[in-house]
Amino acid sequence: MHTLSLYDIKHGLLGRKFSSVEATRRFLDRIAKHSHWNAFITVCEESALRAAQLSDQKIAAGNAGPLEGVPIALKDLFLTKGVRTTAGSKMLHNFIPPYESTVSQKLLDAGAVVLGKTNMDEFAMGSANITSHYGPVVNPWSRDKKLVPGGSSGGSAAAVAGHLCAAATGSDTGGSVRQPAAFSGIVGLKPTYGRCSRYGMVAFGSSLDQAGPLTKTVRDAAIFLGLISGHDERDSTSAPEPVPDFESFVGKSIRGMKVGLPQEYKMEGMSEEIIDFWKSGAEILQDAGAEIVNVSLPYSKYALPAYYIVAPAEASANLARYDGVRYGFRADGRSLREMYENTRADGFGEEVKRRILIGTYVLSAGYYDAYYLRALKIRKLIRQDFASVFEKVDILLTPTTPTSAFAFGEEPKDPVTMYLNDVLTVTANMAGLPGISVPIGLDRSGRPLGLQLIAPHFMEGLLLQTGSVLEKGANFPVLEEAA
Amino acid sequence: MDRIETTGGKWEVVIGLEVHAQIISNSKLFSSASTKFGIAPNENVSFVDAALPGVLPVMNSFCVDQAIKTGLGLNGNINLVSLFDRKNYFYPDLPQGYQISQYKHPLVSGGYIDIEKADGSVRKINLERIHMEQDAGKSIHDQSATKSFIDLNRAGVALMEIVTKPDMRSAEEASIFLRKLRSILRYLGTCDGNMEEGSMRADLNVSLHLPGTELGTRAEIKNVNSIKFLAAAVVFETARQTEILESGGIVEQETRLFDSATGETRSMRSKEDAQDYRYFPEPDLPPLVLDPARIEAIRRTIPELPDAKTTRLQRDYDLPSYDAAVIASEMEIANFYEEALQCTGSGDKDVAKMLSNWLLGDLFSLLNKHGESIGNSFVSPKDFAELIMLIKTDVISGKIAKDVLEIMWKERKRSSDIVEERGWRQITCPNEIESVVQKVLEEHGDKVTEYRNGKEKLFGFFVGLAMQRTQGKANPQLLNEVLRKLLTEGV
Repeated sequence: MHTLSLYDIKHGLLGRKFSSVEATRRFLDRIAKHSHWNAFITVCEESALRAAQLSDQKIAAGNAGPLEGVPIALKDLFLTKGVRTTAGSKMLHNFIPPYESTVSQKLLDAGAVVLGKTNMDEFAMGSANITSHYGPVVNPWSRDKKLVPGGSSGGSAAAVAGHLCAAATGSDTGGSVRQPAAFSGIVGLKPTYGRCSRYGMVAFGSSLDQAGPLTKTVRDAAIFLGLISGHDERDSTSAPEPVPDFESFVGKSIRGMKVGLPQEYKMEGMSEEIIDFWKSGAEILQDAGAEIVNVSLPYSKYALPAYYIVAPAEASANLARYDGVRYGFRADGRSLREMYENTRADGFGEEVKRRILIGTYVLSAGYYDAYYLRALKIRKLIRQDFASVFEKVDILLTPTTPTSAFAFGEEPKDPVTMYLNDVLTVTANMAGLPGISVPIGLDRSGRPLGLQLIAPHFMEGLLLQTGSVLEKGANFPVLEEAA
Repeated sequence: MDRIETTGGKWEVVIGLEVHAQIISNSKLFSSASTKFGIAPNENVSFVDAALPGVLPVMNSFCVDQAIKTGLGLNGNINLVSLFDRKNYFYPDLPQGYQISQYKHPLVSGGYIDIEKADGSVRKINLERIHMEQDAGKSIHDQSATKSFIDLNRAGVALMEIVTKPDMRSAEEASIFLRKLRSILRYLGTCDGNMEEGSMRADLNVSLHLPGTELGTRAEIKNVNSIKFLAAAVVFETARQTEILESGGIVEQETRLFDSATGETRSMRSKEDAQDYRYFPEPDLPPLVLDPARIEAIRRTIPELPDAKTTRLQRDYDLPSYDAAVIASEMEIANFYEEALQCTGSGDKDVAKMLSNWLLGDLFSLLNKHGESIGNSFVSPKDFAELIMLIKTDVISGKIAKDVLEIMWKERKRSSDIVEERGWRQITCPNEIESVVQKVLEEHGDKVTEYRNGKEKLFGFFVGLAMQRTQGKANPQLLNEVLRKLLTEGV
């Protein structure tokens, strides 16, 4: 049962093949059994079982919600009322939110059972889930060597890939849903900026952050996305766009669709293996009737450096509220200034501090024009790049990551090389476009790889339509019992 | 000295103001928390105001309307697109660690206020801009020796920052400007202008230069929370900078704090210590895009403002310009005046003038005596109108009316009731007055003879006696007539 997709679990529950309590119990047991993966920061055993019981009653009474009784997990930056929310940081080690995030509330309203809060890079800053205050997460695909699951939604990716839940939420600022999905052999979708409410999500880069599902199948992503989408008056940047029936796009023919392969995404030093998978992905789509076209996105090469100015700049302001005054961690000091300094020195980890410093620097008088302002200009050019490409093609196909998951100890030691993990995913965030990562195969060392699709604004349906064709053609293996 | 004496000696003082005006609104700029003043600490605090993780600002469109109204009322240009920015700094009463403000693209550009000085000259004070921003909370340091307390009730309350050009040249001009600005804001209903409660605060920039040369280095003075202090701060700062310049020194660009206890300013931080606020566009709020129709709709709600009202009062009621300006200077006074005038039911310009005299004279001194503002007057416009009409229709004399007004205040009674109760109705029957006068003259035959022999000063003596006999109720005009008649005709 635990290897079933969200769709199958949903229908299994409705068809009374198993109860929600049984499913919940099974996942809770698996979470305990695989606690060495460290996928969860907080497990909500009691409340999950209670919710499962209620769901079983609702199913029996015939008034099941669209996700009634389905056990899921939430990345630990979605605020959950009464349940500790840490964002992977010591800074929020004791923070129990008094309100619920819009995304998690929508899932609760749909009947989902929340198993717990998943591990993540601290404040979503990281690409390997090694910056969490609560320890690193292990990729369930690890064999001889312990692999990272990717980040920052590494806990959610591991939980879904390792069958610890039916699906999970993630958040994607520069690739934090798609990259761990690719590393962990699952589907990860970043919706259009504004598709989902950011209310109640711990903010990292406000103009880039989007919630998104991590799921086992493209259909699951469609179901999940439909539930968490929609305008929210509490988030002025959420779009008043109608939410289509995303599931209806799954399995639809792509005959006649034009798929672009952006040549700039062929990175220097990218392995032949990845390029081969990219080609085979294109062939799958071609075989299904799509036309493959080489396209150019010339400003893509500036996306990563510009991203690493914009995101830290916003983060430097977003994280200013963690000052030890009102909630969260506080270190004592003999003066206000010392209290601030001690709190932020002890409460934040190295990567977070690094990005706050970068962000503070690029916004400083005398540097603003040279860094932040230029990054904004590049961002505009990247948007224009995509806009003109989408006049020629319907959708873009790229690798999700330049490499497969790396082993602990083998991760890049300097931050800038580490940041290269996001090079293929940040462009979508910079342009606010929707993207999806779909597993395409295993490399020679048995590590999963994913391909990314990028569509025009609010065309997630196209991602799901094309993604489902890719998924079918790739025939990616389900991870059976792992180490 | 070889130069003309100005406020600062040979130096000309140049003043610009930055006025923070709290927008009248039931809820805060970006949250639904109440803005009520005087409530227990931290009662009016939403999750947004406390900057919990994950919260987002949501624009209060009423506050935007209010700021637009202010911009229109101050003759500014409303920008159809304006942007919000984050102004970053750490302080415990600033929960977000940044203030959401408007930096490069404010809601209102330009604008002006005409001020009239004591000598009757009019100066135009131009505005640079008006932008919207959120207020910070309050730090309370005097409750404990070792701890500070934070009250976030004010955190997130909507402010307008009204920035003038450096167009003022004296403490007088700055004071008149601020008073006029406050008056206009009150007319508009966009700020209550209450400086004691902090709903209007002014920072001022003061510099000196020799007339005709470029502007000098300015000092920014904070914490000026009354119009009186504004003038005091300008005077002190002018003297301080004059002394520096006269002794060949250089004025530092710095922020200074005004101390209302000593009337002095003292250095708070120098230019080197100036904070780098690292402004950048607020990513949580889309640009504020306005529909011109919305602006026009707001324009139609703008009431008659002081300048227009002064002109109209002069034109319609022949009021002297001084009277008209004083009445129009505060909306409460103008409303009282116009309501009372309407209650008289009289279109007579004499009545309008009488009403103005009695309002600015007797009622104002009564209000002053009791330390009340016109809005809290115990005498309503309607009752005041009745009093004026009692005088106008000769029911009571002006002299009696003064006593009646005092009693109206003290006993909260209508003037007509007071006059009836006390039998103060004026005696207007000639026969009645004649019999009183006759009696007085009979009793003072010797004085009558003296009068007739040319000692005409005695006329007042007879008036006084006759008034005494009638307890002051005799119609003075009639009394004079009768007295004159009897004195000349003989008894």
